Amino acid sequence: MKQFFAFVKKEFFHIWRDKRTMFILLGMPVVQIVIFGFALTNEVKNANIAILDNSKDAATASLTAQLDASRYFALEKNIVTYKQIEEEFRKGKIKLAIVFPQHFGEDLQHFNKAQVQLIADAADPNTATQLTNYATSIIIDYQNRITNDRKLPYTINTEMRMLYNPQLKGAFNFVPGVMAMVLLLVCTMMTAITIVKEKEMGTMEIMLVSPMRPQLVVLAKAVPYLLLSTINITSILLLSVFALEVPINGSIALLGFESILFTLVSLSLGLLISSGAASQQTAMFISLVALFLPTIMLSGFMFPVENMPLPLRIISNIVPAKWFYSIVKSVMIKGLGISGVWKETLILAGMMTFFLTMAIKKFKIRLA
Amino acid sequence: MSNDKVITANNLTKKFGDFTAVDHISFDVHKGEIFGFLGANGAGKTTAMRMLCGLSLPTSGGATVAGFDVYKENEKIKKSIGYMSQKFSLYEDLTVKENMEFYGGIYHMTDRFIKEKTAFILEHLHLQKEANALVRSLPLGWKQKLAFSVAIFHEPGIVFLDEPTGGVDPVTRREFWNMIYEAADRGTTIFVTTHYMDEAEYCNRVSIMVDGRIEALDTPSKLKQTYNAATMDEVFLMLARKAVRAAD
Repeated sequence: MKQFFAFVKKEFFHIWRDKRTMFILLGMPVVQIVIFGFALTNEVKNANIAILDNSKDAATASLTAQLDASRYFALEKNIVTYKQIEEEFRKGKIKLAIVFPQHFGEDLQHFNKAQVQLIADAADPNTATQLTNYATSIIIDYQNRITNDRKLPYTINTEMRMLYNPQLKGAFNFVPGVMAMVLLLVCTMMTAITIVKEKEMGTMEIMLVSPMRPQLVVLAKAVPYLLLSTINITSILLLSVFALEVPINGSIALLGFESILFTLVSLSLGLLISSGAASQQTAMFISLVALFLPTIMLSGFMFPVENMPLPLRIISNIVPAKWFYSIVKSVMIKGLGISGVWKETLILAGMMTFFLTMAIKKFKIRLA
Repeated sequence: MSNDKVITANNLTKKFGDFTAVDHISFDVHKGEIFGFLGANGAGKTTAMRMLCGLSLPTSGGATVAGFDVYKENEKIKKSIGYMSQKFSLYEDLTVKENMEFYGGIYHMTDRFIKEKTAFILEHLHLQKEANALVRSLPLGWKQKLAFSVAIFHEPGIVFLDEPTGGVDPVTRREFWNMIYEAADRGTTIFVTTHYMDEAEYCNRVSIMVDGRIEALDTPSKLKQTYNAATMDEVFLMLARKAVRAAD
């Protein structure tokens, strides 16, 4: 045990002395959460719109006011000719143009029917779809209010409820994603690098000649990063709850347990990579290419796995982050208990056992 | 085994595929002896040494270190030996003291032993002021002396030194060898590989490896006599020129 502590202490010195790396490791999750939370967002807020009002009556005025008042839109300018619309789009000043035809209000009152045209900049298709959806729902809302007292012969009212995330906040999606990414980066890449570093420096030889058991070397290497990850998990969760207002609906203990399980999976992977890599660059390269990219692409964090072609869907199953991502979403956002995530938990536990066994087996007791 | 032989090698062989790195070498090393293990680059010195340290399994032949078999009693050997590798083996980002505490720790030394031994070494090397300095900041010569002290920190019966004085100036090398003599006087057996022929003269006995085989093994003075040479350098050149294998 004393051997083990001596080794763990040494590992802490390594981390502590390399202040720059330490700050990166501890600061990265904070920066990522802040960037994802406040800067990078796929929600549309205050998109500039132009309105071409050919009718200029009470109905159009009221609709315009409502569009402008919503947090999705900001009225950039009122325009008078159809030609101007394209000009504004070309200048990149507006994202959406709304055209009210002549007699909009009258048509609405006398024929119970009126038309409005939405023109969106589909150079960015996602934003265009979102904007037209928002605008449509504001218009429907208006229509519902004025038809409230009248009975229409046939109406189907669709009532939507956005479960678990009624405000459709992006943070609900990326907090679990960032957790997976940060844990992978800290645990996998850093453990892989630190072990390979000892090989490069020649200190690993000294370790192998010493009576210290190789399994103990491997485990002692992992301990400091496990601790570092616990700090990171805590800071990510605190930031999400207090700064981004993402709730933790499920049990915090379960979330903590699952995070530590995923940390252990990442650590074992790092150890496995280190036993195969000969230089620090190789270790870093393998960690980045073989883990980081699949984590971003195939975990469901950036792109929904369900929409991928079958081969990719199959491959995505071996990406540990996919399972962790799903667990965090279930526990944190949906508030599920262990009964809801036992399958994913078992898969992660299985992966950890597999990687760790492989790593310890491959870790060479003798050099050749 | 005779009570004063601490290392025995008997037709020790190591093959990597078709390549025979170490070819049936046999020798004994006695307690308290300074045994020089010479050879050109690629002659097989490091491979032979690694087999004795338990870092590498022999292909055939046998060897015992401190009375333990290299095949079966690997773990016991590890407890009885110290090792200093070609590459510098201390942690640069740890202080002098922390390095010693670390090595003491992995060799199961008690806290008290570590404390006393650390104080003793620091005093002996006149490094008291540098105790809390990062190893990175020390000059190479000091680092090497420190690395040697750390290799014998746990007071092993045998210490293996793999080209310990590479890149060190002559004065420091001399000081380094004084430390080796002191350790040998305390009964530690020294097994050292080197390229420097002046260092070979300091050894009690030297073996010269050529192409994986031991070509000569005797005291430096006897070797010079046998080969009718004035210095070990001449002896070495005479033997090493026979090599057909290219240096790596």
